[in-house]
Amino acid sequence: MTSDHLSTTFAALADPTRRAILARLASGEASVTELSEPFEMSMPAISKHLKVLEHAGLIARGRDAQWRPCRLEAGRLKEVAAWVEDYRRFWEQSFDRLDDYLRELKEKEKKHVRKQRKD
Amino acid sequence: MSASNVKTKHSLIVTTPSDLEIVLTRVFDAPRRLVFEAMSKPEHIMRWWGPRGTTFSACEMDFRPGGAWRFVTNACGAEVVFKGVYMEIVPPERLVSTECFDDPSVGSPEWTSTVTFEEHDGQTTLTSRVLHKSIENRNGHLGSGMEKGAGETFDRLSELLERMA
Repeated sequence: MTSDHLSTTFAALADPTRRAILARLASGEASVTELSEPFEMSMPAISKHLKVLEHAGLIARGRDAQWRPCRLEAGRLKEVAAWVEDYRRFWEQSFDRLDDYLRELKEKEKKHVRKQRKD
Repeated sequence: MSASNVKTKHSLIVTTPSDLEIVLTRVFDAPRRLVFEAMSKPEHIMRWWGPRGTTFSACEMDFRPGGAWRFVTNACGAEVVFKGVYMEIVPPERLVSTECFDDPSVGSPEWTSTVTFEEHDGQTTLTSRVLHKSIENRNGHLGSGMEKGAGETFDRLSELLERMA
């Protein structure tokens, strides 16, 4: 996934309607009509959201011209979730290790000061 | 008995104050002079930077404004290259650099990282502000969803992923 892909995915996820659509699709594929039901939105508005999701690779649509069911593409979601989780874990563990290292540096300084006083 | 013998683990706070930013905040039981020092030399960086088990095959730091840095790390068998350029160095208060990493699964997102060090009663509060600069971000496409907190987005994500499993 390129950086543009990652940004596109984040942008697509930053909208509550689109997240609700993804949540609906998590329980199975659905038509545009079915997806628009819970929202007070026109079909063109829903179609716009679907286009954003499709462009971000978060959903795929069937080929049938009449009935193009939408389904969730789990791969991209997992990549984003993994990226965020890795990011948090990265800094949590780094800073825990920095705690230990700072303790070591402080001890070294203390010994150094004691030695200087003796000299 | 000195205070340094007391082990306190401070928690990492991650927030998303705007569409473009991720902010990390963490307190350390050390003066900021030392925390800054720990970020300013390869010999220090290699001791703590990265998740547990990280090893370095290179740690290059031209620690001056305009100087490049490059870390080649290996964690869990995967080599990842992190690199950037130092923009601003004000010891022991502030450190600004550009950052990016090469990872085939996410590409190379690039951002600016501004780290500030505030000292109070011998403790240092480190704040790392990451500012993204992708075209989508710049155009404000992330919208209000991220402003309310990526937390919400990611909670929903993990719910979704659980249901898909």
